[in-house]
Amino acid sequence: MLREFLILSRGGQGGVTASRILASAAVLEGLWAQAIPEFGAERRGAIVKSYLRVSNGPIARHSSVKKPEGVAVFSSRILELVDISKLAPEGAPVIVNASEKPKIPGREVYYVNATSIAVELGLVIAGWPLVNTAMSSAMAKVFRIASLESVVNALSEYFKGELLKANVEAARLAWNSVSG
Amino acid sequence: MIRKVITGNVAVAEAVRVSGVQVVSAYPITPQTVIVERIAEMVERGELKAKYIRVESEHSALAAVYGAAAGGARAFTATSSHGLLYMYEMLWWIAYSRLPIVMAVVTRAIGPPWNIHSDHHDALTVRDSGWIIGFASSVQEVFDMTLQAFKIGEDPRVTLPVMVALEGFTLSHTAEPVDMPEEELVREWLPPREPLPFKIEPGKPFSVGNLGPDEVSMELRWLMWKAMERSRLVIRDVDLEYAKGFGLRSYGGLGEDFHAKNSDYIVVTMGAWSGDAKEAVEKLRDEGYNVGLLRVRFFRPFPWEELREISQSAKAFLAVDRAVSMGHRGILGLEVSSALEGKAPVKNVIAGIGGVDVGPEDFYSIIKAFIEEYEYGSIEGWSRPEWYMPWMEVGGK
Repeated sequence: MLREFLILSRGGQGGVTASRILASAAVLEGLWAQAIPEFGAERRGAIVKSYLRVSNGPIARHSSVKKPEGVAVFSSRILELVDISKLAPEGAPVIVNASEKPKIPGREVYYVNATSIAVELGLVIAGWPLVNTAMSSAMAKVFRIASLESVVNALSEYFKGELLKANVEAARLAWNSVSG
Repeated sequence: MIRKVITGNVAVAEAVRVSGVQVVSAYPITPQTVIVERIAEMVERGELKAKYIRVESEHSALAAVYGAAAGGARAFTATSSHGLLYMYEMLWWIAYSRLPIVMAVVTRAIGPPWNIHSDHHDALTVRDSGWIIGFASSVQEVFDMTLQAFKIGEDPRVTLPVMVALEGFTLSHTAEPVDMPEEELVREWLPPREPLPFKIEPGKPFSVGNLGPDEVSMELRWLMWKAMERSRLVIRDVDLEYAKGFGLRSYGGLGEDFHAKNSDYIVVTMGAWSGDAKEAVEKLRDEGYNVGLLRVRFFRPFPWEELREISQSAKAFLAVDRAVSMGHRGILGLEVSSALEGKAPVKNVIAGIGGVDVGPEDFYSIIKAFIEEYEYGSIEGWSRPEWYMPWMEVGGK
C-alpha cells in the first residue's frame, strides 16, 4: 500500500508544515510516511507544491508525486492559476480552503473555511492566516489518512503552549466543518 | 529508541548533538542552512556543549575546524555546492593533516545557471583529496551515517576526515520517520575523541604541516593511502556494530546489495534516487527480468571488491549517474567501469542533472532499455554515456 497526496499552497500559508503534520500523524498510527516540499527559489506568495506519502512499510522512492489520489488546495484563488487535471488523475478528490463550495468540473470537491478558522483563533503571522493545521485536519478526515486524535497528538511536535492550544482547536473545527 | 518524523537537515543536527561534538564552525548556504541553524539553537539552549564559531566564509569555517581538530577536539561543519568549492584548498589541508573532521555536504548543483536543486557534482569534486565520502539514501541513513562518520574517521586505523553527502531538498528538506537511539547509549558507543599524541596544546608548541623533504611528502601520501584502504574494514565493522548495538538495520558496508548477487543485470546508483531505482528493479523482477541493484554507499573508498564479486555472475552493468566528467563518462560510470576492468560491459546513463526529477517510471524505462540493448547484442565494450532527457526526446525508450 502506497498512498500519495498533493498540497498546493502559497509560500507562507504552511503547506509544507501541513504535509509534515500529516506524516507525523500517520507515523503515530504505526505507518510510514514521507513529506516532501517542492521548493523553487522561494518567496512569500508563490505557489508551492508539497507531497505526502503514506505506506504500511518503508518508502523507497524520493521523486515527486505524479498521480496523487487526493489534492488539497490552500487558497481557492490557486484554482484560477493551476489546472488540476494536469496535476492529478481523473477522479482524485479535491479539498479547497473556501467559504463556499467551489465547482471543479468532473471532480468530487470538499471545502472547509480554513482562513476564517485561522483568523478566529488568531493564527495569523505577518498578515498571513496559517491555514495549515485546519487543512491537514480536513485532509486527514476526508482522505482517511489519520484520526483526529493522531492529528492532535502530532501537533504537539510542531507547536507549544498557547499556539498549540489554538492549533488543536483549529484541527477540531476543521474536522467537524469540512463538507462535500 | 525514539521515532520522530524529521527532515534530513534535522537528522544531521540531531546526530551532531548526540555525538558530543565540541567545535562547530560553518557558514550558511541553501539547502544546508537548517543544519547549522539547528546546531546554533542547540548550543544556545545548552543542549550541545560545543563552541560555535561564526565566520565570514566557508574557507574560514573549514580553517576553524581544522585548528579545533588539530587541538584534539571533535569538530563538525556543513556546506553545499559553491560553499564546498570555496573550501577546496582547506579540504586538502585537513585530509593531508589526517584530521578526522566530519562534514555534511547537502548536494546542490553548481551554477551557472543558479540552481538550488541537487546533483552530485559538488560532492564528487572532493574525490581525490583523501576524504572518506559517503552518500545517504534516506533520512534514517543520514542520521546513521553522520553518527558512524565520527566512529570511522576517528578510528586509529583510519584518522581521516569523513564527508556525509545528502541530496538537497530530496533528503535535506524531506521529512521521514527516523529511529534514534538514546543519547546515553550513543555516548557509550562513541566516547569522546582520543586524539593522537601530536595535538596542539597551550605551552607545547609544534609546527603542523611544515615544509618537508620530497620523500616525506610521498611517504605521508603512502601512509594515507594505506589508511584509506584500512577504512574499508572499519566502515563494514562500524555498520554491523551499529546495527547490532542499537537494533537498527545494517546497510551492508560500502555498498548495499539489492538482489544484485546472482543477477544477470546490475544497476549501480548512489543517493536517494536509489529507492526509485529499487522500485523499478522490483517491478522488472516481477516481470521475469533477472536484474538487481548495487547502491554505492561509500564513493571513497570505492567498493570495487563488492562490484567485482557481483560481476562473477553478471552479464552487464548499468551505472546511472548524477554527475558527468566533461570529456569522459559520468563520474560513477567511470568508477564502475574502472573497477570492473573489462569483466563485464558497463552502460552509462546520465540523468537528474541540476535536480531534474527522476522517478520509478524513468528508471523502469532506463533499465528495460539497457537489458533489451544487451540482449540485442548492442552493448559490448566501451560506449559513450547516454543522456536521459525525455522532455527533449533524448535517451530512454
